[in-house]
Amino acid sequence: MGWYNRRLAKSLWVFHVSASPCNNCDIEILDLLTPRYDVERFGIKLVGSVRHADVLLVTGVINEKVAPRVRRLYEQAPKPVFVVGVGTCPTSGCCFKESYNTVQRREDVIPFNVYVEGCPPKPEAMIDAIVKLMGVLNG
Amino acid sequence: MTAQTLFDFFVFPGIVFTAVLGLLAGWVDRKVSARFQYRVGPPLFQNFNDLFKLLGKETILVRTGVRWLFIAAPLAGFAVLSLAATSVGTALFFGRTSGTDLIVLMYLLMFYSVLIVLGGASPGNVFSSLGAGREVKLLLADELPFILACLVPVIRAGYKLDFGAILAYQAGQGMLVASVSGAVAFVVALLAVQAKMALPPFHIPEAETELVAGPFIEYGGPLLAFWKLNQFMMLVVFPFLLILLFWGGFPLRGLGLLWGVLKYLLILVLIIIVKNTNPRVRTDTAIAFFWKYLSPLALAAVVLAVLGV
Repeated sequence: MGWYNRRLAKSLWVFHVSASPCNNCDIEILDLLTPRYDVERFGIKLVGSVRHADVLLVTGVINEKVAPRVRRLYEQAPKPVFVVGVGTCPTSGCCFKESYNTVQRREDVIPFNVYVEGCPPKPEAMIDAIVKLMGVLNG
Repeated sequence: MTAQTLFDFFVFPGIVFTAVLGLLAGWVDRKVSARFQYRVGPPLFQNFNDLFKLLGKETILVRTGVRWLFIAAPLAGFAVLSLAATSVGTALFFGRTSGTDLIVLMYLLMFYSVLIVLGGASPGNVFSSLGAGREVKLLLADELPFILACLVPVIRAGYKLDFGAILAYQAGQGMLVASVSGAVAFVVALLAVQAKMALPPFHIPEAETELVAGPFIEYGGPLLAFWKLNQFMMLVVFPFLLILLFWGGFPLRGLGLLWGVLKYLLILVLIIIVKNTNPRVRTDTAIAFFWKYLSPLALAAVVLAVLGV
């Protein structure tokens, strides 16, 4: 299992799930995937289909309308899959914590593995989170 | 089914050799493309990591799909490409033709494209079916100039479809690209091969910004691993075929070995350069390009070949 985990750590394919964000974190995720930061040298690739994904980058505070859809996306991703909550919204709800539309507990919808703080987080912070995820996989 | 045949099919130049060389050629592709974009690019064994990672993931079968076809398409594609790689490889390296000739090879390569269509049509997904339909149109577009271009070596070798005859003609008379008809036919065949591999600018079936992932959208895990392996094996089969038909073969001795490796790298780098410098063409533009411009050019090459130029 350690050998497979090391393969997985070197080849994380990323899928972007926007669960009602304000789109700032989405823009920063797109920044991350540009040639300036070049995450392909870590094996990270943006994939279009959730069935090809290893990491779901969830942005936005999950609200009631999108929660069943996020749950369905999580179930469509072949396991093992990791969920990274990008931004302060999935981490703590940010300023939308007390809104009528926000789900009570984000962990009830999908399990999260890593949270990246920031509104929006810098691409360097996102790289740091992915590196920590790789560190956990590498043992 | 002698030990020699089994060795040819499974080890060299069959499955193991083509898979390993294909994964490394795919790395060359990704690295050169990264350097084009002023990036660093992935490490050497990245494609091996991708493949092993995919082999360990969960297999999900879509409820609305045709399950046996969904599973059979990538595996049959792997079998077909292994057979094509073995036949091209044994003819190229050892001069053994073992019952396959150019027509069988063309049939196998077209069958692979049909398998992409079937694999894309098998889940009930809209994007997948659209991708399968686009692969049909691309197949219609690129088969004609490819067949016409492959007629040129046949004609020059004395109207013989056998790989051994084509190689023997080039051993005697020099490489076919040195002649006018051979050079024109090589250019046409290179562009047709770019379309057969569905690489940019002809990556119409798997149009990422339009169709998400095209025929491969519902594939994940080990089945996707086989599709990726097929795509990498095509990066070996098609350049070897072009070397066999136009560049005079790949002798396994002395300086010829180095020259053969250089030929392979040259064709690979040409494919990568075309891949990185062109945007995607529309389906009708692709069909017009292949039928209105490349097919008459290939026909002119055939006429020149008959005239002996």
